[in-house]
Amino acid sequence: MNTRIVEIWVGIFIAAGAAALFMLAMKVSNLASYTDDEGYTITAKFEDASGLKVRSPVAMAGVRLGRVTDIKFDNQTLQAIVTMRIERKYNTLPKDTSASIYTAGLLGEKYVGLEPGGDEASLAHGDRLKLTQSSMVLEKLIGQFVSKFLNEGDSSKDKDKKK
Amino acid sequence: MLDLIQTIGKKGLGVFERLGRACILFARILGGLHTLIPRFGLVIYQTYSVGVLSLVIIVVSGLFVGMVLGLQGYNTLVDFGAEESLGIVVALALVRELGPVVAALLFAGRAGSALTAEIGLMKATEQLSAMEMMAIDPVHRVLAPRFLAGVIAMPLLAAIFSAVGVMGGYFVAVGLVGVDEGAFWSQMQDAVDLYDDIYNGVIKSVVFGVVVTWIAIFEGNDAIPTSEGVSRATTRTVVHSALAVLGLDFVLTALMFGEI
Repeated sequence: MNTRIVEIWVGIFIAAGAAALFMLAMKVSNLASYTDDEGYTITAKFEDASGLKVRSPVAMAGVRLGRVTDIKFDNQTLQAIVTMRIERKYNTLPKDTSASIYTAGLLGEKYVGLEPGGDEASLAHGDRLKLTQSSMVLEKLIGQFVSKFLNEGDSSKDKDKKK
Repeated sequence: MLDLIQTIGKKGLGVFERLGRACILFARILGGLHTLIPRFGLVIYQTYSVGVLSLVIIVVSGLFVGMVLGLQGYNTLVDFGAEESLGIVVALALVRELGPVVAALLFAGRAGSALTAEIGLMKATEQLSAMEMMAIDPVHRVLAPRFLAGVIAMPLLAAIFSAVGVMGGYFVAVGLVGVDEGAFWSQMQDAVDLYDDIYNGVIKSVVFGVVVTWIAIFEGNDAIPTSEGVSRATTRTVVHSALAVLGLDFVLTALMFGEI
């Protein structure tokens, strides 16, 4: 076969492969939502950060403002320190913003929800959120419910004995 | 009884001997890759025969695999009211597993068998010996370009397979069963990670490309130079490549996605 045609076909093949990889990267994966590392980080201490992961979303009013970049354990206070990176364009969050860990849907993934405060000053790089609320752990809730239920059952038995 | 043990031992020694010869050939091919730089036209021609000619089967299979994934996933997910997650199912299954593995199996059947038959026939008709007579190393002139072409073509084919499969899933999900288009793409983009999923898929397909091409070239070069020997070598290429791909896939998945 003509060398030129072969070379053209190989060129088309390699271009198609590169285009497929590009399409997978841009359209299928989350590359488009990767932000360059510009932005500022804030931290918050949580009693319980179970279920939260690095790269979990940070949202206010249902809009994603950034992502969790680090989760560490604080030896002194025995709490979890969650570091979040907020995109630079969201630079007017009040200083007394509070953070809570919510679940998307009943069994969905955990995310950090920010609630705005009323402070005039804005959050800056390295600030710590003072008001936090820990994640709701489903097992604990069920445990509380079950133990309450059992206690009620026991007390009704006691009443029966007394009779 | 002793005869039985002797047979087992003989077979075992044969397997190890072949494995050793395969490794030596692999090292010689790697050592001969630098001779391709002034003769890159050879690689381009081989890329045409293993890559471009495999495109049709890869695109058609990718499209249908994606469409079937879309239909089956929809039938299961709709019971939970989670049909918007169809994009995740289709994309993760294709990018992580089906893209590299099925593309490698098809590649072994389409290109690997052809490589083995071609090299085996070259050996049977003493073309390889003729080259040696002319002081041309057949490893450099015949085997190395085919190997490099296979390693180049395989990741591209796997990427094309995954991309076409995602499009097939999209046609079924959005066009046929009416999943919301925005939810399909946005859920997919939320769940598929560039590094964890796509890069690992590409790494898998490169490994499969090396293994399948290596097996095909070794079987061809090692074939008994008769028509029966070449036909056996071709069969072995397909069987061994399929087993190697599936086995390696488990190992790679455990290394990449497992919590070991």
